Amino acid sequence: MIIPLLKGLKVTLGYFFSKPITTQYPEEKIPPAKRWRGIQYFEKDERGKTKCVACGLCMIVCPSQCIYIETAEDEEGKRYPSTYELDASRCIFCGFCEEACPVKAIFMGKNYEWVEEKRDVYLMTTERLLEEKANNP
Amino acid sequence: MELLYLLIELIVKCVVVFAGLMIVVAYLTWLERKVLGHIQVRMGPNRCGPYGLLQPFSDAVKAFFKEDLIPERADKAVFVISPMICIIAAISIFAVIPFGNQFTIPGTNWVVKLRLADIDVGLLYIFGIASLGEYGIVLGGWSSGNKFGLAGSLRAAAQMISYEVALGLSIIGVIILSQSLRLTEIVSAQAGGFWNWNVWYQPVAFVLYIICGLAEINRTPFDMPEAESELACGFNIEYSSMKFALFFMAEYAHMVTMGALAVTLFWGGWQPPHPALGFIPGFIWFCIKLFVFLFFFIWQRGTYPRLRYDQIMKFGWKVLLPLTLVNLLITALIVALKG
Repeated sequence: MIIPLLKGLKVTLGYFFSKPITTQYPEEKIPPAKRWRGIQYFEKDERGKTKCVACGLCMIVCPSQCIYIETAEDEEGKRYPSTYELDASRCIFCGFCEEACPVKAIFMGKNYEWVEEKRDVYLMTTERLLEEKANNP
Repeated sequence: MELLYLLIELIVKCVVVFAGLMIVVAYLTWLERKVLGHIQVRMGPNRCGPYGLLQPFSDAVKAFFKEDLIPERADKAVFVISPMICIIAAISIFAVIPFGNQFTIPGTNWVVKLRLADIDVGLLYIFGIASLGEYGIVLGGWSSGNKFGLAGSLRAAAQMISYEVALGLSIIGVIILSQSLRLTEIVSAQAGGFWNWNVWYQPVAFVLYIICGLAEINRTPFDMPEAESELACGFNIEYSSMKFALFFMAEYAHMVTMGALAVTLFWGGWQPPHPALGFIPGFIWFCIKLFVFLFFFIWQRGTYPRLRYDQIMKFGWKVLLPLTLVNLLITALIVALKG
């Protein structure tokens, strides 16, 4: 009866002197997985504008219906989203928008740290989605 | 004039011992969390100051500012008094612990003895006060008007009765060997190196003392009164704010006292482990030995699971009590035969 108790003490003492496996979160971070789906971003075209052609496929495929698009045509007759709103507070990060996109305009990013005090800040517009590209080199 | 000096000495000693004990208690909570953390391969508190060293103060501030709730169906007077009973009992035990030899204040011939009270029934006093502390737990659980609290306090009462017997009997061997209840004499009887310590003459009693001591201070694996998993904190379930903190402090102060008593009775108190090491003050030796015990108390908490209630009772009455009796008989027989 005594030997197992002493063995237990030996095990815990061994662990006591081993190095903790904790990652000290705000200071050090574990990089997200290769296929991690974080906050979306827009890919830019040569003119520095969005590649999005406002086809509306992402809006249709989105399960939580967090994408809203209004379509317009520019002077060259090219379609672009005059309004593109992605409500990040409702997004479930399923990645369907990225899969559905025929022109590879929207992508799931790697960023997962986003906290705001107000809800309306989570409403991502075209500009905000283009800015988000900076977080995903 | 002599009397005035004596009074000043006493007050200074009281304040120093009280402050020291409180600091030890505060940092014991830090040590416990840190050691448990490292045993579980995590960091433990490390956000408040370097290595989390300011954590106890942060906890104290938090405890002060928490809302102090008294349940409507509680017996209010008893509810308020019971944490006080706990902390007072836990602190006043320390009055008779000799934590060092004596020294002369430089420039005078005034001898300061490093103990608050050197009474000739020291051990009796300790056990009396320690059992008094259990009233705090029993009354606290009962008066909070909560079923879990009541169950916790009933368990505390049963456990105290079962283990106090074995605890008292386990140290009688030491008393037989040193022929005294006075703690300073028990320490003096162990002078002259570690081979004279009682732990070598009373190894069984030492182990039994540690086990019963753990049960007495309601510590894992015997923390029945506050079993988190089944009683949701047991006797202190309705306590919040500083009242809870008092229970907490009492528990840790009691732990320090149990460790200090183990050092005094079995590990030669302030005596150095070898006469050649006598140049280091006895107080330092006392602290080192005490630290070993405190570390062990925390270490075993990180190791052992809680016993089931009936197992604890069975273990107390059917294993510990017979063992202590046999140990006592053998010790008495040997001492009698040696003359």
